Amino acid sequence: MAKKNLLDPNANGFIEHDHNNDGIDRRGFLKCMAWAGTGALCVIEGGVLKSHALASQMGSEMKSHKMGELSFVQISDSHMGFNKPANPDVIATLQAAVDKINALPEKPEFILHTGDISHLSKPSEFDNVDQILKATNKEIFFVPGEHDVLNDEGVMFRERYGKNSKGQGWYSFDKNGVHFIGLVNVMNLKAGGLGTLGNEQLEWMEDDVKHLKSSTPIVVFAHIPLWSVYPQWGWGTDDSGQALSYLKKFGSVTVLNGHIHQTMQKVEGNITFHTAFSTAFPQPAPGQGEGPGPMKVPAEQLRSILGITDVNYVQGRHALAVVDSTLA
Amino acid sequence: MTKRKLLFGSFALTLPLALATVLIMHPTRAKSEAAASPTEVRVDNFTFGPATLTVPVNSTVTWINKDDLPHVIASDDGVFKSKALDTDDKYSYTFSKAGTYAYYCSIHPKMVGKIIVQ
Ligand SMILES: [Cu+2]
Repeated sequence: MAKKNLLDPNANGFIEHDHNNDGIDRRGFLKCMAWAGTGALCVIEGGVLKSHALASQMGSEMKSHKMGELSFVQISDSHMGFNKPANPDVIATLQAAVDKINALPEKPEFILHTGDISHLSKPSEFDNVDQILKATNKEIFFVPGEHDVLNDEGVMFRERYGKNSKGQGWYSFDKNGVHFIGLVNVMNLKAGGLGTLGNEQLEWMEDDVKHLKSSTPIVVFAHIPLWSVYPQWGWGTDDSGQALSYLKKFGSVTVLNGHIHQTMQKVEGNITFHTAFSTAFPQPAPGQGEGPGPMKVPAEQLRSILGITDVNYVQGRHALAVVDSTLA
Repeated sequence: MTKRKLLFGSFALTLPLALATVLIMHPTRAKSEAAASPTEVRVDNFTFGPATLTVPVNSTVTWINKDDLPHVIASDDGVFKSKALDTDDKYSYTFSKAGTYAYYCSIHPKMVGKIIVQ
């Protein structure tokens, strides 16, 4: 049973990653998660996934790297308002995520939130998240999850978080030579389908990157994965291939997503895909268990499968370093 | 499932005959099926149960969400759409015209179902 493997402190080994595998590396993922449960981290660097078993090792290795010109943090799926057994206190775990961010040795310049800020799109839920995240003192960039646009086609979300966005909430910006693209793939979903970007957004994106030099590092962030993680559970985006085709000329593309409440990595050509932990509750590994709902784990283990993602960019390096760390 | 469809499908026209036949063949089963609500769809573990429900014209169908996450009931062609249903929330719609109504969850579009009204 996956849940046992996931939390087995004796699980050991390296993270195996198959660059040619089109699907997901379930075995590697489980080991990564097991390590995370015992305080370890998973790192993508120069297009290669590396893992570091012990926190102390991690510390010295990371120090020996020149930490870069740009450091930022991704958080995801805070689901404010959720109160079921999988996590009866999502306020406390979001606060723990903020503490984690504030304690990072390399101070992040800003934060990306990849959606499902709220659980039921209620103003009070957004208010609570805003209040808690204020303690980071950071600029925060949001894209919506499906839980943030439940009853109004995203009107409230855009009023709060998308003042300068286009269309249904997409936008781009530049930081320290890195071009960031925030996409919306949780609206106008079609029966039987997956996440959707839609033609209007795709046209905007094609135009947005046209003028950029191919040496510009690109970071794309959106809620639902822009790669096919597990379509049976809706974990993918129907027209993501079209969007990624506009990024072929770039040497370094990093795609950051949420939605699946677990970390997962894949490298394909110039693109590194990564999904982040939730700060609220875990979900099962693809195809493990009955369905993609909240996964209940023993209370003392919860914070070892929630977390944040720290991203570092060093100029001249091929890929951005993506480091997941848990709230434990 | 086939039994149930047969029972309700022929309800209006041949009620006494259909009921009698079922009673003779499966007396206990017929009783328990009659007691269950024929117009409820349970939303459980990201699936609609039953995925296809057949009801007579003017039936009110009620969806109840048994998941820990919200769902939104929406017909494919916009005939009906619920607000977000949190755990144990219900949504009802009365079908006054015969036809086949395909629907899905608008935030989990892999979830699909069908109401056949006859
Ligand atoms: Cu749903």
